[in-house]
Amino acid sequence: MSMQSESANTRPGRWQPAVTQDPMLHKHGALGQPVSRIDGPLKVQGKARFAAEFPYDGLCYAALAFSTIARGRITALDTTAAEAAPGVVLVMTHRNAPRMKAPSLMMSSPTAAGASDLPVMQDDEIHWNGQPIAVVLAETQEQADHAASLVRADYAPLPAVTSFDEAKKSPRQLDNLLGQPPVVEIGDAEAALKAAAVQVDQIYRTPRHNHNAIELHAATVAWTGDELRVHDASQLLDLTAGQLADIFGLESDKVRVSSPFVGGGFGGKCLWDHQILACAAARLAGRPVRIMLSREGVFRIVGGRTLTEQRVALGASADGNLDALIHTGIAAMTTHNSCPEQFTFPARHLYAAKSIRLAQEVADMDMLANTFMRAPGESVGTFALECAIDELADKLGLDPIELRRRIEPETDPTSGKPFSSRHLIDAYEKGAERFGWDRRSPTPRQRRDGEWLIGMGCATATYPYHRFPGGAARIRLTAGGQVTVSTAVHDMGMGTATAQAQHIAARLGVPLNQVSFEYGDTTLPRGVIAGGSTQTASIGGAVIAATEVFVEELLKLAGNDSPLAGLSLAEVETRDGGIGHRDDAARFESYESILRRSGRDELVCEADAPPPAEMEAFSMHSYGAQFCEVRVSEITGEVRVSRFLGSFDAGRILNAKTATSQFKGGIIMGIGLALTEETNFDPRSGRIVNASLADYHVPVQMDVPAIEILYTDIPDPQAPMGARGIGEIGITGVGAAVANAVYNATGKRIRDLPITLDKLM
Amino acid sequence: MNFTINGQSVEVEADIRSSLLDLLRNSLGFTGTKKGCDQGACGACTVLVDGERINSCLALAVQYQGRSITTVEGLGSDGALHPLQQAFVEHDGFQCGYCTPGQLCSAIGMAREIERNVPSVVTADLTAASVTVDETELRERMSGNLCRCGAYNGIIEAISETLAETSASQTPASSHERARA
Amino acid sequence: MNPFTYERASDASAAIELAKGNAAARYLGGGTNLVDLMRETVERPDMLVDVTGLPRGIEPRADGGLLIGAAATNTALAADSHVRRHYPLLARAILAGASAQIRNMATVGGNILQRTRCRYFYDNAAACNKRQPGAGCDARDGFNRYHAILGASPACVATHPSDMCVALAALDATVHLDGPTGPRSIALAELHRLPGDRPDIETELKPGELITAVELPPLPFARRSTYRKVRDRASYAFALVSVAAALDIDDGGVVRNVRLALGGVAHKPWRASAAEAALKGRPANAESFRAAAEAELAAATGLRDNAFKIELAKRTIVAVLGELTGDDA
Ligand SMILES: Cc1cc2nc3c(=O)[nH]c(=O)nc-3n(C[C@H](O)[C@H](O)[C@H](O)COP(=O)(O)OP(=O)(O)OC[C@H]3O[C@@H](n4cnc5c(N)ncnc54)[C@H](O)[C@@H]3O)c2cc1C
Ligand code: FES
Ligand code: FES
Repeated sequence: MSMQSESANTRPGRWQPAVTQDPMLHKHGALGQPVSRIDGPLKVQGKARFAAEFPYDGLCYAALAFSTIARGRITALDTTAAEAAPGVVLVMTHRNAPRMKAPSLMMSSPTAAGASDLPVMQDDEIHWNGQPIAVVLAETQEQADHAASLVRADYAPLPAVTSFDEAKKSPRQLDNLLGQPPVVEIGDAEAALKAAAVQVDQIYRTPRHNHNAIELHAATVAWTGDELRVHDASQLLDLTAGQLADIFGLESDKVRVSSPFVGGGFGGKCLWDHQILACAAARLAGRPVRIMLSREGVFRIVGGRTLTEQRVALGASADGNLDALIHTGIAAMTTHNSCPEQFTFPARHLYAAKSIRLAQEVADMDMLANTFMRAPGESVGTFALECAIDELADKLGLDPIELRRRIEPETDPTSGKPFSSRHLIDAYEKGAERFGWDRRSPTPRQRRDGEWLIGMGCATATYPYHRFPGGAARIRLTAGGQVTVSTAVHDMGMGTATAQAQHIAARLGVPLNQVSFEYGDTTLPRGVIAGGSTQTASIGGAVIAATEVFVEELLKLAGNDSPLAGLSLAEVETRDGGIGHRDDAARFESYESILRRSGRDELVCEADAPPPAEMEAFSMHSYGAQFCEVRVSEITGEVRVSRFLGSFDAGRILNAKTATSQFKGGIIMGIGLALTEETNFDPRSGRIVNASLADYHVPVQMDVPAIEILYTDIPDPQAPMGARGIGEIGITGVGAAVANAVYNATGKRIRDLPITLDKLM
Repeated sequence: MNFTINGQSVEVEADIRSSLLDLLRNSLGFTGTKKGCDQGACGACTVLVDGERINSCLALAVQYQGRSITTVEGLGSDGALHPLQQAFVEHDGFQCGYCTPGQLCSAIGMAREIERNVPSVVTADLTAASVTVDETELRERMSGNLCRCGAYNGIIEAISETLAETSASQTPASSHERARA
Repeated sequence: MNPFTYERASDASAAIELAKGNAAARYLGGGTNLVDLMRETVERPDMLVDVTGLPRGIEPRADGGLLIGAAATNTALAADSHVRRHYPLLARAILAGASAQIRNMATVGGNILQRTRCRYFYDNAAACNKRQPGAGCDARDGFNRYHAILGASPACVATHPSDMCVALAALDATVHLDGPTGPRSIALAELHRLPGDRPDIETELKPGELITAVELPPLPFARRSTYRKVRDRASYAFALVSVAAALDIDDGGVVRNVRLALGGVAHKPWRASAAEAALKGRPANAESFRAAAEAELAAATGLRDNAFKIELAKRTIVAVLGELTGDDA
């Protein structure tokens, strides 16, 4: 602490996470405005180029053949027909694939990007049903697809664990849960539960899900000597480049990955086997390669969200205080991945309880590595927890919002840290008023319209704030006053490019039309991954640091002939396209003038973001209150979401238009999670059965009502720009809000997602 | 094979198995039209054939020789956005933008269907002389276009506004169709 | 997709001539089912005969019926003013299926002959007696939510996925065929087969036979008819259960005549003859409807995932008949 305040004194005005605030916290300008996406015109004209759309001379097309057993060895692999098929350039199998290092598990090192650490096509071993066994390259996609269908394999199967019921009989303890302890115990929660006046103790189940971004996973790759160029659909550019360099034994600067546009990610657009195989095949064939997975291919080799079985037990006093909060359970996983689906995370921070027990385990299965999908953990964890809270409110005869008011904690219930900013009850109150919550009858089955029973439900949304270390940003100012900020980050539709342009315009005091934001390419300063709703804050940290260097450099360049002469960083601010004294309007010089006088035609500054000390000092989370109205047919059990409102406390909102879309997008995926989505994993074969968009039901237009979004817009004093990140919170709590509304409509508690009509008949 | 694409006649050699979608994307470089499933299950590949919306992924190109095809690249005119494209930008009718070309072509095809009094499953009175356009009608009619980013509300807002602004005599049509009219 | 040759037929006889004697030839309608299955290599034709150039007219007959060219698109048929007025259940059934884009492509002939959506049929890695006779059926003990509760066999529990055909079955449609051995007609209700021990033989069509037209007999009371489809999302999903019904009630509130067919429940569009028989002459009320539904579903059996459809079908029948009884129907 003393170190930090000391340095704060010696470098006044510098943003010191957890100590000082970002000076932008209350500054507005372009920030917050509903600016339309700056890449919008390109996208609506079909001019935005996605990964599979980069032309190359001599390009060949790839197709994959997949294993049809879950575990065992390939005993025979007949590729003669495929090789003889017209147009075929190469058939690659484990027999002729170049030797490659296995990927390392994401988060195990700064360049690790592996969703699994299994070697890719290096031997005859099969680890999951759907594993690629051959890559075919051909002159056209049609030829490649046809040839791939001619590859024949025989197998010697080995016993495989493909039934969750079997797998969970031998659970594995985790040594950590994404860096957190997997077990948290405060007091004796089981005893407190037994003794409590009112109890809820239930099992909740959530199925497997797939991201199903509409863009199929794709890459166009080309080698020039030892240099590898990859056009990817990626939400982790730098990690992908580092990992590919490692796999192919290259210097990291020999791999360039770019991904200016990504057709949806949601956690799925990471490094999977197809990019590695395309690079390997391109090297072997000596030709550029385009790979675009079929939709079935996406299901076979891109992991999804795993299934969970969760117990939530709540013990309460008659006046609605929690004596015991227990959230435990198990998720299916593999021994070769690192995503345990941290569903007990919400319970660590949401509610005050006298005793707490949180614990989760995993059940290892022989299957494709499961992975992060929009709000991993929180999306399904809030389903269980927030349904249980609703059940408790019902038993207590309390309004569910009133119950949450009574269990609102003052400090983080498990870490004891202060909250940086928490306005959950605010969000509930604003949402309740706007939604007409007072029209809800506390007793189920009170409202109907013909055969349709109508009910309302609510649930808490929550998602942690994170800022990844390691990002950098570069600011380039040119003589014309044009500012370009560059960092290798991603915009998969979150609106990053637009919100950051607004941010930079506001931070540097220049008009929006003089700002460019460069991203999506590993030749730019190192960026962070687009995951965990962390990008905005992480970029913010880097841009703050770069801005400080930029201002200091400009002060130096301004020299003694400037009205700024003698001023330090702490005494000035950026405004009106230049630098001015904080308290003296007259002392000002424009960027252009400083550059001109110093005889420069540009200034380039780069800096790394300071480490995320704020995350250590504070409990930092976004919150929200989700409100849902459903109509349930008493005849068929069909459920229709007729109204939905999300009221969020996510810190400062940087762009009202794109942020609203982010929240809505999360809610819509949450409606899918609640009602329609389920990946059917056949326990007999370990094979995904509904590997198509006709059979995996993502919500369609008709499933989605007009959704209303509110937000508190209260800046988080500890976050860059006061913004906490909004990509994932939208999906959290939705499953429970829908289930609670279904209960209010019908009197039936469905604790097993998705809430399909058969469960309500 | 011969086609008229966005008003231009085009001759191209292609694999007999090529879908109209792959022909557009791989052989002709019209990459605006997107592939999301190749199974008719997402609508990302929607194009207009003689003004009617179809899923180009299930259309064998060879079957569509001689037809007039409009893709997203052909919607605007003289570099200007089509009013619907503009409305999509204003109402944030997309996030990643991948489903967007299909949504746009679909919406334009839908407007023609409404103009021709083609009913939908939610049309209450099948014998009515014209379609009463409301939000439910639009949502049902646009349900053949998935958007995983969840831009559904913005899409409907953009379409409603554009439909309302275009008089009955002038429903949105592709630029070359308008040019010919 | 395997390579093939492509021919466009100008008329029915040309089409038949082109395909004659070639077991690996297929007629191509809109391609929305065939192209999908070819891409999965479930269908491997070596020749496609494009029949979309065949007659597509929708013409009222002198007797009040309707003759529909096999190449008419699903959209054209649903939008046809005669259909909308006289056979609203048919318009509604078509409009409940797929998406507008697919309906614009799909032909009447292709819709009738579309194949099951069973995922084990689609996946070459799974066992399927329909795809490979004798291989077994992975659906019986697998994911079978969309599978049959009526008329299934140990060999196959797949369903016919068409919505349009359910309405056609209720309307007593006749399918006109032409082929190497000359033209003939068959009732739609008899065109599709139950699986038995040969689920790979799905229809009564003979090799090379072509659907040229579908004919609807007049059915004045079909003006009071509708179609209800129950599915897993609000649009763009196949039926779990669907009901096509037309109801004729006399002034005394007694059922004079009724047509009822079910979708999503069997290997073929299921004409609910037992229910119809149970209803005729009975008062048009909830008890009769329920009794009729019970009669129809008496023989139904459920599998792991689809037993709920037995009750769902009963309830949907009762609801649809109730709706048609109501004054606003
Ligand atoms: C994503 C998706 C969702 C769908 N949802 C639904 C739904 O909800 N409800 C529904 O009912 N359908 C649905 N469908 C199926 C769709 O209705 C059918 O694919 C379509 O009707 C088939 O018509 P087609 O002209 O395209 O047939 P094709 O694909 O061209 O042909 C299908 C079969 O019929 C044969 N054939 C075609 N024409 C003739 C003829 N004249 N004589 C003899 N044989 C012929 C072909 O050889 C082939 O075997 C869906 C399809 C998709 C892809
Ligand atoms: S790509 Fe054609 S419908 Fe999905
Ligand atoms: S905008 Fe991304 S799928 Fe629609």
